[in-house]
Parts: sequence; C-alpha cells; structure tokens
Amino acid sequence: MRKGLGPFTITALVAGFAFLYLPILLLIVYSFNDSRLVTVWGGFSTRWYGSLWQNQALLDAAWVTLRVAFVSATLATILGTMAAVALTRLGRFRSRTLFAGMLYAPLVMPEVITGLSLLLLFVAIDLNRGYWTVMLAHTSFTMCFVAVVVQSRLIGFDRSLEEAAQDLGATPLRTFFSVTLPLIAPAVAAGWMLAFTLSLDDLVIASFTTGPGATTLPMRIYSQVRLGVTPEINAVCTLFIGFVTLIVMASSLAMKRQMIVAEQPVRG
Amino acid sequence: MSVHSARSGTGRKLVLLVPYLWLTFFFLIPFLIVLKISLSDDVTAQPPYVPVLDFSRGFEGVRGTIAALDFENYRLVLGDSLYLDSYLQSLLIAAVSTFILLLIGYPVAYAMTRAPLGWRPILLMLVILPFWTSFLIRVYAWMGILARDGLLNQALIGLRVIDEPLEILATNGAVILGIVYSYLPFMVLPLYAALEKQDHSLLEAAADLGSPPWKSFWQVTVPLSKPGIVAGCLLCFIPAVGEFVIPDLLGGSDTLMIGKTLWTEFSSNRSWTVSSAIAVLLLMVLMIPILFYQRIQARNLEAR
Amino acid sequence: MDVQAGKQPKMLATARREFAPWKDKAASPLIRFERVSKRYGGVTAVDGVSLDIYPGEFFALLGPSGCGKTTLMRMLAGFEEPSEGRVWLAGRDLAGVPPYRRPVNMMFQSYALFPHMTVFDNVAFGLKQDGAPKGEIASTVAEMLKLVNLTGYERRKPDQLSGGQRQRVALARSLAKRPKVLLLDEPLAALDKKLRGQTQFELMDLQAKVGTTFLIVTHDQEEAMTVADRIAVMDHGRIAQVDTPADLYEKPATRYVAEFVGDVNLIEAKVVSRDANSVLMQSEAMSAPLRAICEGDVSPGQQVALALRPEKIRVTLRKPGEALENCVRGTVSDIAYLGDLSIYHVRLESGLILKAARPNITRFTEQPITWEDKVYLSWAPEAGVVLVK
Repeated sequence: MRKGLGPFTITALVAGFAFLYLPILLLIVYSFNDSRLVTVWGGFSTRWYGSLWQNQALLDAAWVTLRVAFVSATLATILGTMAAVALTRLGRFRSRTLFAGMLYAPLVMPEVITGLSLLLLFVAIDLNRGYWTVMLAHTSFTMCFVAVVVQSRLIGFDRSLEEAAQDLGATPLRTFFSVTLPLIAPAVAAGWMLAFTLSLDDLVIASFTTGPGATTLPMRIYSQVRLGVTPEINAVCTLFIGFVTLIVMASSLAMKRQMIVAEQPVRG
Repeated sequence: MSVHSARSGTGRKLVLLVPYLWLTFFFLIPFLIVLKISLSDDVTAQPPYVPVLDFSRGFEGVRGTIAALDFENYRLVLGDSLYLDSYLQSLLIAAVSTFILLLIGYPVAYAMTRAPLGWRPILLMLVILPFWTSFLIRVYAWMGILARDGLLNQALIGLRVIDEPLEILATNGAVILGIVYSYLPFMVLPLYAALEKQDHSLLEAAADLGSPPWKSFWQVTVPLSKPGIVAGCLLCFIPAVGEFVIPDLLGGSDTLMIGKTLWTEFSSNRSWTVSSAIAVLLLMVLMIPILFYQRIQARNLEAR
Repeated sequence: MDVQAGKQPKMLATARREFAPWKDKAASPLIRFERVSKRYGGVTAVDGVSLDIYPGEFFALLGPSGCGKTTLMRMLAGFEEPSEGRVWLAGRDLAGVPPYRRPVNMMFQSYALFPHMTVFDNVAFGLKQDGAPKGEIASTVAEMLKLVNLTGYERRKPDQLSGGQRQRVALARSLAKRPKVLLLDEPLAALDKKLRGQTQFELMDLQAKVGTTFLIVTHDQEEAMTVADRIAVMDHGRIAQVDTPADLYEKPATRYVAEFVGDVNLIEAKVVSRDANSVLMQSEAMSAPLRAICEGDVSPGQQVALALRPEKIRVTLRKPGEALENCVRGTVSDIAYLGDLSIYHVRLESGLILKAARPNITRFTEQPITWEDKVYLSWAPEAGVVLVK
C-alpha cells in the first residue's frame, strides 16, 4: 500500500522544495550578474565579490557578528544544557512551571518585544550599549532553543545508563560528565550550531540592543536592502548563505558519524 | 525520580539556579520594566522616560514613583486608529498566512512521510536548511522577484501571460507571501514529526474495516496529526503577528503591522513609553496562544 | 469467567471430535492459497504455499519469526499482493481486491485501536464505513461489547483501558462486521502468561459462539495447540506440515516439526532391517538396537532419525525385564523439577544426553532418582517416530 512514490508525493515534494529553494537560487545566480541592473542579465562576473573586500564597514560588521555569535552561542549552550538537564533530571521542583514557561516563551515571542524589553533593561541598569549588550541579548534568546534541542535528546535516551553509572559508584556530577554528556553530545553540538546561526541571522534584537561601534552584518545589510536590490548585496548574501550552509553540512556530517557511535550502546 | 530529587547536592542546585536566575534577569525582569515604563510619562530629557526606579529617596521615593504611574499611554494607543488598525491587520495577515501555510505545509509533510525511508533524513535536512540561512536574506530574495521590473514580472511578460507588470511588491499579498515563505519550515517540521510517528497499522486497520485510503486520511491521519497542526499553527501565527522585517521590506506604506508600528514609534518618534504600551498590548493579545504553546511544548518534552 | 473457562475446553473437545471437514472430499474450502509466493527483492518470504482452510475452522499458522506466516496472512487481508499464485476466498479470486473491499477482518498484534476514538467509535468504525443505519450500529456495537464482556466501557478511550481490555476491544472491532474470516495476528503476544492462558479459552469459546472461521498467526506452539483445530507449521516460507494438534505432536513428518512442536530426543540411526510394520535400527550413540513402528517407505541401510518424546521414556533404577531392544543405560546428569513432572537429563556412555520426563505422582517418592544415579531408559516400539526427512 505504502510502497512506491505516487504522483501526489512527487508533486508535493517537488513543488514544496522548489518554493523553498528557487528564490535563494535566483539570488545566488544574480550575484554573478555583470550588469548593475539587478534584473537584466549582463553576463557572468565575479566583480561584485571583488568590490566587497574594499568595503571596510561591511568587513567590520562581519567581524562583530562572528564574535557575538561565537561567544553567545557558547554561553547559550552551557546555560541551555543546564536548563534542559534541570527540567528532565531534577523531577518536580517548586516554580517549575514558571521556569519552563520562561524557557519556552522566547521560542515564539515576537522579536520586537524581546528586543525592546532587553533594551529597556540595559538602560535601566545603565549598561553601555554595544558589543556586550548584543552578546547578552543573543545568549538569552538562543539558550531557549538550545534547551529544547538538548531536552528532546535527554528524554529520548535510556535512563538506566545513568542509573547503572550511579549504581557503580559514580557521583551525579561524574555520571553527567562520563555518561550523560557523551550521549547527548550530538544534541549539544546541534544546539550550539543553532544558537550560532540564530545569532548570525538576528536583525531585530541586535538593532534594539546595540550601540555605537557595534553594527552587525544583518543590520548593515538591512540598511542597504531598504534602498533596493543591488548586486553587491546579492554577493554578500551569497557568501553568507555559503558560509552557513558549509558549517551546517560539515557539522551534520560530523554529528552523523558521532551519533552512530554514540547510539550504539543505547540501542544495543 | 524521587531518588534523584531527594539528593540535593550543590551541583544539582546550581544546574537549576544558574539558568533560572539568567532567565529571571534577562526575560522576566525586562518585561516588568516594559510594563512599568508603559505606565510612565515621556519627558524630553535623556533617557526618554522617567522615572526608572528611584530608591535614593527611600520609601517616599518608591511611593512617588508608583503615584506617577498612569494609563495615559494606553489611552493614546487605544484611542488612535493607526494603532488599532495595526493590531487588527497584523492578526488578519498572520491568520491568513497561517492558513495558507497549513494548506502548503501539510501536503509537503505528508509527502515526506511517504517518501522512501532512505530519503527522509535528506528531505528533513532540506526543510531545515533554509531555516539556518538568514531570515533577512530570504525575505530580500523575494524583493528581486516581486519588484515591478522583477524576475516574476519579466517571466510573466516574457510568457505573454500579462502585458503590464503586476504591482506585487509593497502590497499585503507580498507580505503574506513573505510570511508563508519564511515560516514554511516551522509549519512542516511539527507536522512531519506528528505524521511520522503515526502507527502505520492504524491505517491498515482502517482499510481492513472497509475504509478506502482517502477516507482513512480524513478519519485517521488528520485527527491523529492534530497536535502537529496545532503546534505548527501556533509556531507560525504568534511570531507572524509581531513580524517586523517582512512588512517593512515587502509591504507598502499602507501595510500596518504592529511590529513595524512599534519599531517606527521607537526609532522615529523616540517614544519609549508608547512603544512599551504597544508591546504590552501585543503581549496581552498573544498571551493565550503563547500559554497554549508553552503547555504543548511542556507536554511534548516532559511526557514519558 | 474462571469457572467457565475451566469447564469449556472439555465441552469443546467433545463437540469438535466430529468436526473434520478437511477429511470430507465433498467439502469445499473457504480459503484457498494456490501456489502462493511472495518475494521482496531477492528475499523469498513465502515460497509456493498451497493451503485449504474450511468454513468454521480455527486454523493456526505456526512458526518462528521470519518464517512467512504473517506475510501469508497479510496476503489474505490484502496488505500484500502475492508475487505468484492466487488467493481464493469463498470461490472468488482476491487478486486486485483492496483490503477495504475484502470480507475479512484482522485483529492486529498491536491492536491498532484508534487512539482518538472511544471504545464505541472504534467498534463502530467498520460498520460506519458501510453506511449502516445508526440504530443498527448501536445495537451491533452493544452486542459485540457484551460478547467480550466490556459493556459499560463505551465512552472510554483506548489509553484508559488495561492491556486485556484493549485486546478485547480489538477483538470486538474486528468481529463487528461479521467477517467471513477473522484474522488474528499474534493476538495474545502482548498479554502476560496467566492472562494469555485464560484468553486462549475465551477465544475458543467465542469462536464456538459466533461460528466464524478464525485464522491465527502465532509463534507459540502451546497457544496454537490449545486453540486450533488444525495447525500449519511453517519453515522458511514453506509449509512443513498441516495437521491436527495431536497428529502434529504424535506423528511429526519432519525433524523440524518434531523439534518445533514440543520437546523431543532426536537419535540419528541407520536402518538394519524391516518387517511388516516395524523397523530395526542401529545407532552409534546407543548401546542397544532400536525398534519402532513404521509404515513408511524405508529400506535397510538408510539413514533416519528416531524421534522420542521425553514423556514416553521410562526412567528406572533396575533393568526393566530382559528386553534387548529400546533399553539403554546412563547416568543422571541434571534434573529439572517442574512440579507436575521432573525432566531427567541422562548421559549415555556414548556421551549423548537423552531427556526423559517422569510425572511426580506421589508427593515424595520413596526412592527418588537423583544426580549421578545409574539408570535405565526404556520405551515401547510405539513410542518413537522414524523420520526420513
């Protein structure tokens, strides 16, 4: 009954994925357009990529973005993993509902609200806005995504492995580092990746919480995009997409290998 | 469970306490500040609101602070049709987009679960991948397609479907298209998760009892995927209501969405108090779906 | 229920003694598998199976996992199409008939109860597909729930039921449409041992009441022997033997069947001579010649196996009579005390270990046989079965 690909399945898949990928592909193709008029094909050229290296403001923004993303993703991974462990391994504790609520709400919270509220916090505590405030803001909203990713892995694996470790005399802390962490490592890595790219992508929260001298790449792109489509922006976007795709592909390959190794004892 | 919670090492407390305090400080307290500022008055001095929290004058100061709070900003927001229209239009655009997302997302997710087993990880990867690539860039990609001299109009004129270019960019239709495009992975993933774990023997049982495939789809598959449908719709609807980038880049001057209005209020008019009032009202509108979503998320991740 | 279950099997046993349509040349089968094969890629799951099942039979497909029994059943239900051969139901070729148009219903191993529907809606599901009127649906559902002792559970959802109750809802659901054949795919696998034993009798009782043809798939030989009129033992996609439980046990056709159904000692031997109704054999592992009743076609010099059930071997401390045949000496190496009987593992001088069962008739035997005792094992010529294949 279920075998084979029906015409419906094929149509839905092809149409769905064409819709998802065609716009991005067009953007990439037109970044190699020689013509300054974005919609007229003037032959193949990489000249817009060349001109990017002269754009110091753009390079500065990229550097800020990378630093913010790296630090905030690392912090978010630590905090998010702790939160996931607390929710899955500590049983019932008081105000658990509030904790879970604070953890899940940012997943759907409109960015303008998160951004505005964090800005007002930074103003209220009189923190100079810039690199550090963006980093703190990104840590706060990406840690929730990490927590969800890690949590779904934690509930999926065999609890008796941890019990066996404790039965054999390992303290809870040792159990975590020698049994739990290696087993959830793929999820922790995926969580870091997610936090990293979310931070790279973010425009709204960064715009609210940033200050002078800490303009991120999305903010830079946005300010030019508002003026219209240009081949330079297409080139920046293509590089950006290429960069993220490369990391995602590489890490998913690495994770796949690790997952196979890590999952064998779980399944056995 | 009881064994675990009975032991209360400092390490265990720390695991909970650190993220708890972080979230309280960077999530809960900021909201309370927003709430308080929404009740304060604008003054021309920097920072553009007063007062923050003035403990320097002791109890009198706190009382003075509370006494200074009022609902003036809310009266302003609720009394101005610009804001009200923004709320209504946001809800409408988000609802229509969510409905279209469901119509497109369900067949895609369903087709994914029917694809050969070996393909599925790749298909899943293909759905997730756009989600990793920048939101801003994906919206920007549509600007080049939908513009008056954009690729879509060129293609349609080239194919002689139309003579005059269509005005698509800077309309609400473009905003809906942008939302559908950007949020599609959010719709497909929960649907796929719900459909994928469905026990195939249930469909066999339905067929065995005399139900043809299309009937089984409505009687078994769809009702059982309800958790996925609800999760997908909430995951799209809630952020879409507060969307800022999409209406700003793809919408026209008459596109009033509350996220954009809030942004304008904040950056152009520099009125932080009114922005805060807008944010509080937006949160109140979204409170029920957000609480609903939290409950589903908690159930998904903590049951079993 | 318990009292009933205790009485029921005897009544059924007498009622069934005369029921043997497979011996009746004039009877026409309800289900006919005609040289049916099923291949997945290079793997042959079912290999040229021909099988007739008669109306009113309780028929079991027995075999280890992967032997093709479930595939055979699923071809009858319509979830798989045969690669070769035909499946007939009541004189109609089922080729190309989708599952939802076949007058057979299946009880799934997982029960496959719709989790979003109540017990009532689950049982009513099949009737609704046929567009039966509301009143009729309600009365049939009530009748079915009464049949499985679940009256009063209509409003419950499957997750509010115990394993045994779910099993009965699944049974009621598959019976509600009054199918020509009820297919049961490992129906009791999810129940614990005690409940399983009780449910086996309930199933037989139910089948006697409704008179529907039941086809059960199981890997549990005890279950198959308890419930079924006839059993087909399957091995690697082929049918090894089709017979009544008693004949299967007492007259296994192959070594595979002898070993799969019940416990058995298999002794490799060579035929020395044969007379009108018995054969004399010699085995390297046995110190005495072996004699067994055999009507089959064997000739001197042929390599055969003698199948001996443990309970047909006597264990004695003293030599039983002066017989030279079917009597060997050995040492008790292991004893398994099972309550009703004890199984002795006796090592012969050749090193071969034979299993012999001894019922524990008295509470404490005066002269118990214990470890390292030298004992004699003996059996009648009627006890063993000569297996050629």
